[in-house]
Amino acid sequence: MKVVVDMNKCQDHGQCVFAAPDVFRMDDDGHLAYVPDPDDALRDEVEEAADVCPLQAIRIED
Amino acid sequence: MDARIVVAGASLGGLRAAEQLRAAGWTGGLTVIGDEPHMPYNRPPLSKEVLAGRAPLASLAFTPKASAADVEWRLGTRIVAARLAERTVELDDGSVMSYGGLVVATGTRPRRLRCPGPLAGRHTVRTLDDARALRDELTRPGVRVVVVGAGFIGCEVAATAVGLGAAEVTVVDPLPLPMVGPLGDLLALVLLKRHEERGVRFLLGGGVAAFAGDDRVTGVVLNDGTTLSADVVVESVGSLANTEWLEGNGLDLTDGVLTDEHLRVGGRPNVVAVGDVARFPNARYDGVPRRVEHWSIPTDSARHAAKVLVGADAGLAPFAPLPTFWSDQHDFRLQSFGAPALGLDDIRVLDGDPDAGDVLVGYHCHEQLVGVVALGGQAAARGAARYRADLLKQPALTA
Repeated sequence: MKVVVDMNKCQDHGQCVFAAPDVFRMDDDGHLAYVPDPDDALRDEVEEAADVCPLQAIRIED
Repeated sequence: MDARIVVAGASLGGLRAAEQLRAAGWTGGLTVIGDEPHMPYNRPPLSKEVLAGRAPLASLAFTPKASAADVEWRLGTRIVAARLAERTVELDDGSVMSYGGLVVATGTRPRRLRCPGPLAGRHTVRTLDDARALRDELTRPGVRVVVVGAGFIGCEVAATAVGLGAAEVTVVDPLPLPMVGPLGDLLALVLLKRHEERGVRFLLGGGVAAFAGDDRVTGVVLNDGTTLSADVVVESVGSLANTEWLEGNGLDLTDGVLTDEHLRVGGRPNVVAVGDVARFPNARYDGVPRRVEHWSIPTDSARHAAKVLVGADAGLAPFAPLPTFWSDQHDFRLQSFGAPALGLDDIRVLDGDPDAGDVLVGYHCHEQLVGVVALGGQAAARGAARYRADLLKQPALTA
């Protein structure tokens, strides 16, 4: 699975981190960091992360 | 279940319901019906980035999941009535559609002030078309803006108007402080000060009696008789649930459609409600049914309701979302987790200084933390997030 975050849209709300902590995290400066090619077993939580992003900045490319 | 599932409402709740029905295994017909002409789009930017001209309108559209590619969208179409016993809905073109399952996702509309005076020049902010029309007016040079209602949307619009360079921005509300209902005195006082420092004027403790002007509003007449000059008025005085189409079915439609703890409507296994039209009991708190207008609720409730509607709910615990919301105003953000409104009698500063910089506030009920709200920048929001796990672990509140 390929995950793309539009960093121009991202405002560091961090909702994705709650939904998919294995894929998304906030770095020490409070900015989003993420795994661009997570295991397919994490699809459900990545989809939830994409759903809850207030800026709708997360895209899943199969 | 035979036939098709009809989703009434084509905003975030309707979209998520359609997607989650597919995710829950529903492979039958699926029709989403909405009265706006647009595909579902994101509303929070309407009072901020869209008004400010920072978000192109095209950037608001949600991208439906591939699993929902075969959903039938009936846009620009209003449902005028439903007969739940016969499993039909009637559309505004007079046609009748039968369903096997129904999702109520018709949302809310802005409440309007019922005062004498002209209508032209008075705006609300709920739809894309609303925001476009308001932006055209707010960007006129020297514009004087009066915002009626000091809640979140009113304060966001006021902040945006100041940022756009409006000549005067005044917020009017009968309550003594902005956002005091959901946030309580402590933060409301801080927010009042921070808004005033950034150029918003507040006239609090009095209501609106009338609008001045002939063809178009030129001022706002307050209850004490004074008149505020205004080129543009924004009404942000709460919302009304769109439930009229459900009348005549014996449902409790007092402030939204009442649901049970699994979002079922009227005790019917084939009707559920999602989003801010649903008045649901939250098993996490006191069990009192409430409508919740947070952005997270349509997604959370659709996930739950879809499982219930397709019968994939064996062992499913009652709906118990952790409420969360944010609000961007000027250069600061409010970030909330939990239910601050249930802890207004015991508000404590958890971190920071209310008089300057970031501040983190905790709300308690019976000595139990029920909500946290951060005001400020990234660090404050991260501080609130640290309490989120605690809030999730709390035992349910007893009524």
